Amino acid sequence: MTDLLPVLTDTWDAERSWKLAAYEAAGGYAGLRKALASEPGDLVQTVKDSGLRGRGGAGFPTGMKWGFLPPPDGGPRYLVVNADESEPGTCKDIPLMMASPQHLVEGIAITSYAIGCHHAFVYVRGEVLHVYRRLLAAVQEAYDAGYLGKDVLGSGFDLDVTVHAGAGAYICGEETALLDSLEGKRGQPRLKPPFPAVAGLYARPTVVNNVESIASVPGIVARGADWFSGMGTEKSQGHGLFSLSGHVTRPGQYEAPLGITLRELLDLAGGMRAGHELKFWTPGGSSTPLFTADHLDTPLDYESVGAAGSMLGTRALQLFDDTTCVVRAVSRWTDFYAHESCGKCTPCREGTYWLKQVLHRIEEGRGEERDIDLLLDLCDNILGRAFCALGDGATSPVTSSIQLFRDEYQAHIDGHGCPFDPRASALFPYTPKQTPALAGAGGH
Amino acid sequence: MTATVDNTGTPAAPPVETVTLTIDEVEVTVPKGTLIIRAAEQVGIQIPRFCDHPLLEPAGACRQCLVEVAMPDREGNVRPMPKPQASCTMTVTPGMVVKTQRTSPVADKAQQGVMELLLMNHPLDCPVCDKGGECPLQNQAMTNGRADSRFEDVKRTFPKPIAVSTEILLDRERCVLCQRCTRFSEEIAGDAFIALQERGAHQQIGRFDETVLDFAPPPSGPAETTAGVAAASTTGQPFSSYFSGNTVQICPVGALTGAAYRFRSRPFDLVSTPGVSEHDSCGSAIRVDHRRGVVLRRLSGEDPAVNEEWITDKDRFAFTWQAAPDRLTTPLVRDRRYDEDGNVVARGELRPASWVEAFELAAEGLAAARAAGGVGVLPGGRLTVEDAFAWSRFARTVLGTDDVDQRARVGSAEETAFLGHAVAGTGVGVTFGDVEAAPAVLLAGLEAEEEAGVTYLRLRKGVRKHGQRVWSVAPFASRGLARLDGTLLPAAPGTEAEWLGILATRADGGLVPADADAAALGAVADALAAPGALILVGERLASSPGAFAVALRLAAATGARVAWIPRRAGERGGVEAGLLPGLLPGGRPLTDPAARAEVAAAWGVDADALPTAPGRDAAEILDALSVGQLGGALVGGVELADLPDPAHARRALAGAGFVVSLEVRRSEVTDLADVVLPVAPPVERAGSYWNWEGRVRAFGQALDSAALPDHRVLDALADRAGVDLGAATPLDAHRAIAALPAWAGARLRAPEGEAVEPPEVPPGSAVLASWHLLLDDGALQDGEQFLAGTAKRPVARMSAATAAAVDVYDGDRVTVSTDRGSVTVPVAVTEMVDHVVWLPLASRGCRVHDALGAAAGDLVRIAPAAEPAGTTDGQGGAA
Repeated sequence: MTDLLPVLTDTWDAERSWKLAAYEAAGGYAGLRKALASEPGDLVQTVKDSGLRGRGGAGFPTGMKWGFLPPPDGGPRYLVVNADESEPGTCKDIPLMMASPQHLVEGIAITSYAIGCHHAFVYVRGEVLHVYRRLLAAVQEAYDAGYLGKDVLGSGFDLDVTVHAGAGAYICGEETALLDSLEGKRGQPRLKPPFPAVAGLYARPTVVNNVESIASVPGIVARGADWFSGMGTEKSQGHGLFSLSGHVTRPGQYEAPLGITLRELLDLAGGMRAGHELKFWTPGGSSTPLFTADHLDTPLDYESVGAAGSMLGTRALQLFDDTTCVVRAVSRWTDFYAHESCGKCTPCREGTYWLKQVLHRIEEGRGEERDIDLLLDLCDNILGRAFCALGDGATSPVTSSIQLFRDEYQAHIDGHGCPFDPRASALFPYTPKQTPALAGAGGH
Repeated sequence: MTATVDNTGTPAAPPVETVTLTIDEVEVTVPKGTLIIRAAEQVGIQIPRFCDHPLLEPAGACRQCLVEVAMPDREGNVRPMPKPQASCTMTVTPGMVVKTQRTSPVADKAQQGVMELLLMNHPLDCPVCDKGGECPLQNQAMTNGRADSRFEDVKRTFPKPIAVSTEILLDRERCVLCQRCTRFSEEIAGDAFIALQERGAHQQIGRFDETVLDFAPPPSGPAETTAGVAAASTTGQPFSSYFSGNTVQICPVGALTGAAYRFRSRPFDLVSTPGVSEHDSCGSAIRVDHRRGVVLRRLSGEDPAVNEEWITDKDRFAFTWQAAPDRLTTPLVRDRRYDEDGNVVARGELRPASWVEAFELAAEGLAAARAAGGVGVLPGGRLTVEDAFAWSRFARTVLGTDDVDQRARVGSAEETAFLGHAVAGTGVGVTFGDVEAAPAVLLAGLEAEEEAGVTYLRLRKGVRKHGQRVWSVAPFASRGLARLDGTLLPAAPGTEAEWLGILATRADGGLVPADADAAALGAVADALAAPGALILVGERLASSPGAFAVALRLAAATGARVAWIPRRAGERGGVEAGLLPGLLPGGRPLTDPAARAEVAAAWGVDADALPTAPGRDAAEILDALSVGQLGGALVGGVELADLPDPAHARRALAGAGFVVSLEVRRSEVTDLADVVLPVAPPVERAGSYWNWEGRVRAFGQALDSAALPDHRVLDALADRAGVDLGAATPLDAHRAIAALPAWAGARLRAPEGEAVEPPEVPPGSAVLASWHLLLDDGALQDGEQFLAGTAKRPVARMSAATAAAVDVYDGDRVTVSTDRGSVTVPVAVTEMVDHVVWLPLASRGCRVHDALGAAAGDLVRIAPAAEPAGTTDGQGGAA
């Protein structure tokens, strides 16, 4: 059994855990004090040594990303924290910022010092107004306490932090689209190169990191790289938040070293919904190929999940039991991608629009024999052809669900309808909407 | 005349660094930084594309140009990239191996997949679409798409079409969202009037439209049109871009269409003729498309050295004037009754006549007028070079006069000297390429966007791509200057010479006035001293005493080169031909016996037959006509309202003994003429313009026509007088021009002049500033109501202080008046020089010369409009 060592979640059960006092009482800002006494370059090296990899999904080594910044030229450099968490199933950054925002604020201060940034931005998903407000209050508290602002803790280091609320677009989680949006432009991904490290925000060297990555930095600095890399597996080191949702007895955030398995997490979460079996699940949000009960013992680290044909992503484990119609689940995800496609490139914009209609037809019993192969071929025409990774992500649930549950798709086509009762899969009393027969198809 | 010597003295360009790669097993070497899609073109491989455009920044949006790419790793092993790459965004690297759809099944499938997706939501209404038959989507769907679509679901639709302006319509469902139009608007024109909006499959191009965006309308109802921007379109929204038509041309589908051409024709029914735009002195290459003798549209031609692929909306849409209902089709003559002494006692009506009769009467009348004091010649500024030389030769040989002036605008003797000294016979000087590459440009008396649109785009390119810096001596910073990131050197009209003079003094190391900003002056002077720097002067400087003279002094002091950029297409050619008093063809001074001898020899006349003393300029000709010193006038394409004093000109011609008019359409001049000889518009004849660079811009005849160009009419008329003009055919006319060698002798002396003190401005008065807007009330825009809808609304601009002094405020209506008349328009308070009021020179309801009898630099009175606001919107005019 994996030992759980709460780090980011350590104080979540404290009284008014989001206040600076609660954070300081638990030893908060020791990392910043230590950092300000170190050389910035040493901090970057520490994070490199810790093995911290980006917690936003791609898993790129965080220290290496910082190291990509060109040498200082006297102009501004920016840290931008990606808090635009909006992947279906992903729900780790928002609880973290609700329960313990100072982890993030301290991480921002340390990271900014390490990379020579004097103005950091947090791009928060606009819909989560309560988180936005809490973060604003946390930043204010930090300013008042001297952790931010002019001459941080008497070190001579200046840092301003701006918390920016996005307007609610999935694409703005893509780092270059986020930068455009932050600059006040239409949020659509930029052509790369140049990469943000060279020309990011306002065409200046910029580091874009996920909330959890930055929030992990204070612990690494305070307790040392070895402490962090002692957790997890050989190549996936440290702790991470695992977000369990769906047909699970106790959904929520589970902080654990990388490499824990779903079986262990399920034990902690009280197992699947009583009386039901696990049917399929996503290891890292809806954009990662589905797993089934066969993968209960797959270590949840970047390498093992990858080797098993999916991606660790954001460790958003959405669990579906045997009452769930996979076609229905995938069609709802695809609705999301069709709604959230930014429209810049043809494959994602038009492809998701088409996928959505085919999936709805199948679900409603109007599928045709060739539709399954059509779906696969459409996904083939989107995957790797789109401008950014979001198009690829849209194909993952479709392709993987057909691989795993082709018979179920076929049953919808042959039986001219869905063999499942949607009410059975609901966690609360629910009357399914009668979908009108594609009237106004394409409308969102 | 083809003196195209490059006298720039540019040092040889450094060798270009190249990269060698393989595309479809063909090795190709291209300059470093080339995109794969361009490199493939070099070896004849066309990769399908929509968003890619060579003159726009890469976007990588449509994903149609996917290819397989492999690159050598550090050890030199060529490793394929895992995904197909967009060849329009990726630059070549040494040893790269590219496989296009021709050799790679992966690339081929990727392209077919993207094409299927693009067609999925496309209406496939090709049979009724303007683009059908010349549509990149249609063509590439055939070459790189699947035979049929698997899409059987519901297509996305939009209500159609949206009028983004009166001129441009948008059918959103046809759009493939390649963003060429928005990128053009932002990058090239700098008029970001349309943008992407919404997202996903509902993403669409549009301007700010509450109904589309589902915004609540503003509480006050439809937005007020901001004064000074374009007239409201049918949708009530302002729209302003002089270059919007280019978006229609680069749209790879039929989403953007021109209102005038929409549903009018099929491309395969059109006959295309390369042409040159007659609307400005840029000499933009255009394509004239006609069907059964009717021009249906004009497109931009491709000429990298001149207009690249862009033209102004005026170049594109304003062509209906050539076939207007008031076209003259036959010669007209006026019967007269004489008393016993031969004096005219009554002038009858004009009546159609045969060419024979008309020539006879014209020849007789001109001969008599020559005998009765001489004939003044006003050829107008829109002639081809062939015509201009024929006019020049006709004036000097048949009429024996030097009273010839092409300027249907404000001109000056100083300008004549400047043109004879620094422009005429200098061949190709500053080029469009030089404009783009110049590190610094000083605009003096030139509002480039309004007066030379394509030149403006080159300046913008220079600013965007090469960090060019621009300064403008003008009364206020126009929106055009702002889009050049330019700096204003504020000058009241008439005082431009002051700035130029101070700069020249500063560049010479002299003392500048104590109140001048020495650092700012130094920055401009130093920038102009950099190799390649330019001073671009416009025709407006003719109304500014000393400006041309001092501009030359500034050029000498800094080493910057000077280019003269007039508005009208024929002016540079006219300068070459000698359509100015005192100037013979090729820059020869009339007073130089050697010059006269050369010209006489080429023209086959006696040297003594040529006039020896410089003649009258346009204003003097009109003066002489009105007092009977001249016996008659020969007038070309001149709108009297364009002259600085139209009322005087009307009186002069009405009272002239004999007037012959060569015109395309009925005009004020033809109404006053005794003989009217119809001539061909550009589309019905071949010819050539010299653009402001000095570059020959030849064009062919697009339409079959019996109409005669000026040079043939003049040739035939000369024939009656027993003179061979050598201009009976276009070829003859060309040869006659080429017969003159380049002039090696002395040129006209440089103009002399200094800045003059600006006049005292009494209370209630202001100095008038004025220039032509690109789209105005000009005769060459007649009959094109869609284009007219995009013209800027006339406003009076003045500083807050000037306005407050006469108690008017932004948006109020103000009356600008002289003893002659008045103009009433809304006020746009503008950050500008105090005691100056700016009016558009010839916009509808604001014909400054005509209504006020005043020109830039004159004093005018300003006062709040007497009538209640809004009663005669924009309809000010002669009192």
